[in-house]
Amino acid sequence: MSDHNDPKVVPNPWGSLKQFTPARIALGRAGISLTTRASLDFQLAHALARDAVNIPVDFAELEQRLNFMGYQTLTLKTRAENQQMYLQRPDLGRLLSASAMACLQQTAPISSDAVVVVADGLSSKAIEHHAEPFLSLLLPELQQRGYRLPPVCLVKHGRVAIADAVAEHYAARLCMILIGERPGLSSPDSMGIYFTYQARPGISTDADRNCISNIHKNGLDYEQALKKLLFLLTEAEKLQLSGVSLKDETTDTTPNHLQKRANFLLD
Amino acid sequence: MYKIHTTDLAYDFKTLRNLMAKASPSRSGDYLAGVGAVNNLERVAAQWVLADVPLKQFLNEALVPYEQDEVTRLIIDEHDSAAFAPVSHLTVGDFRNWLLSGHATTEALTAIAQGLTPEMVAAVSKIMRIQDLILVAKKCRVITRFRNTIGLENRLSTRLQPNHPADNPAGVAASLLDGLLYGCGDAVIGINPASDNLEATLRLLNMLHDVIERYQIPTQSCVLAHVTTTLKAVEQGAPVDLVFQSIAGTQKANDSFGINLNLLNEARLAALELNRGTLGNNCMYFETGQGSALSANAHEGLDQQTCEVRAYAVARKFKPLLVNTVVGFIGPEYLYDGKQIIRAGLEDHFCGKLLGLPMGCDVCYTNHAEADQDDMDMLLTQLAVAGGTFIMGVPGADDVMLNYQSTSFHDALYVRQVLGLRPAPEFEQWLQQHGIFNADNQLQQQSDVPALFKPSLQKLSG
Repeated sequence: MSDHNDPKVVPNPWGSLKQFTPARIALGRAGISLTTRASLDFQLAHALARDAVNIPVDFAELEQRLNFMGYQTLTLKTRAENQQMYLQRPDLGRLLSASAMACLQQTAPISSDAVVVVADGLSSKAIEHHAEPFLSLLLPELQQRGYRLPPVCLVKHGRVAIADAVAEHYAARLCMILIGERPGLSSPDSMGIYFTYQARPGISTDADRNCISNIHKNGLDYEQALKKLLFLLTEAEKLQLSGVSLKDETTDTTPNHLQKRANFLLD
Repeated sequence: MYKIHTTDLAYDFKTLRNLMAKASPSRSGDYLAGVGAVNNLERVAAQWVLADVPLKQFLNEALVPYEQDEVTRLIIDEHDSAAFAPVSHLTVGDFRNWLLSGHATTEALTAIAQGLTPEMVAAVSKIMRIQDLILVAKKCRVITRFRNTIGLENRLSTRLQPNHPADNPAGVAASLLDGLLYGCGDAVIGINPASDNLEATLRLLNMLHDVIERYQIPTQSCVLAHVTTTLKAVEQGAPVDLVFQSIAGTQKANDSFGINLNLLNEARLAALELNRGTLGNNCMYFETGQGSALSANAHEGLDQQTCEVRAYAVARKFKPLLVNTVVGFIGPEYLYDGKQIIRAGLEDHFCGKLLGLPMGCDVCYTNHAEADQDDMDMLLTQLAVAGGTFIMGVPGADDVMLNYQSTSFHDALYVRQVLGLRPAPEFEQWLQQHGIFNADNQLQQQSDVPALFKPSLQKLSG
């Protein structure tokens, strides 16, 4: 399907702007509507994103790699037993299954400073692509700060608040969860990180959390995300809180040449 | 009270709160909360009982206790009984008849708005079909102003939403220009920042200010950061036009958002002090959505639609320029499919308008909901027929930061063309002046870049 040289299609002569954003800009039009090509492009992306929601996570490989790097892991499940249940019952995705509880109880109740949890969320691809490279940066930093860490917990069918249960079990002050975000048309593999200070199940709310979202190839890169997370950890330790009262005040790391281009509308 | 006997069954709904929930049209969030009707018969039985409840009863029986919830206190304490007088003798069922009748003119509806509570409005919506929701909403007229005039008859405004996954200013500017060249952006140019970062917020605020100034665009800007971040930005002297905040219908849910009425008031006063509006001072932009309270486990046993409408009482107090129900954003656990999303969008629009709010709708869905573009076309068209105040304009309907599908610049042009709707007058004039629209309010035949923006684009290719 090509719209080129089609007299019924009105192209937009500002295609050069596409270099700045993955957004669907300068699409052109047929009359005032989407062209056939743009319309089918969208349908294709929607089909891919719909399917991404339903691909089950495979933690085995992530476990293997983390173990190879010398980190212990623990694989847990929530009470959402399947994908349909997970989508319709967020409450069950915030509770550990009976077997997972038992599994946690069996691990030594070492008191810890920080817990790191990984959950599939709504995109297993996000975890598949980004969890291991990000953890390979994050975990050494946490160790370097002298934090005592329990095993990295990998949770299937988990919602953000599932990390609270893990933090409580290990009596950890600092709670981080890497989770697959809802798949977008243009980014089916976006990962988010939620950080909570003194997380407690049933007590911590969204207002107590800080979120770093859009970690993927067109969004935040691993270094930027790490910088933000470490800033939040440091500040949370000082202020003894997290959430809306803790502001991310990291400075911008966009390279200068992009900064300059930033003002093409304003130069 | 609240009882009905049919030939086979007897129902006793006990409380008004329970009756409201059981009478609510089917949606997944109410089942998740365990408050929805267990079958169709129970739902219709509840609707029969609800139709006989006097509107006055809602002033006597608070659905969330007055002592424990500041949203309830706001609703009761600021109720205008003089405005309520013309309909105060009606039951919910009679009220529906009145709304549909010729007595409910635009003037009459405007006059009673402050006398209606969210619960009264939610109740009547539960016994209204989609065509009723459309017919009555269409008669409501809510006009607000900042740098242009929003909500006039036969106008449909658009929020230009040029989000970028890393808040990259060039990326934002690219989508922004694309939108302007498609005639989008009269409601607001509003960016959701990827992170609630003060520096990013300041940078985006300054950039939007500079663009609006440089190109003399008769519109307003907003960076949709948390209200406390926006307050910090105001303290640092940033050019804040509209203050944004997500709001909900219970105190507990608002707590979970990190807000309360005092904080919103403080933010509004700070923005008013900047005095940046030229035609008016409606300086707040609120977003809502069914299911947000339950999502925070703060629904207080209410059904999600009633909870949603209570959020409009919060909005109304602060005289917003725009209120946006982001209807399909939250996901299938609250609104399962296209059918539920469509009805919810039209309910929210109707309820907001009846309460006197400048109600727009983010016609949208996520990739884990059972919905697609056809569903969005139906809601978009019906909302516009109902006189919806504004919709979103997202490049290609694909928000690359928030990861959901909304309406595109093309969608706005479609609905304007088929229904003969126009942008806000001041913005329309700007579009025509720069040759983006022709005299018939349509895009030019050929897609030339207007002289206004030529130099910026030439620099890029040069």
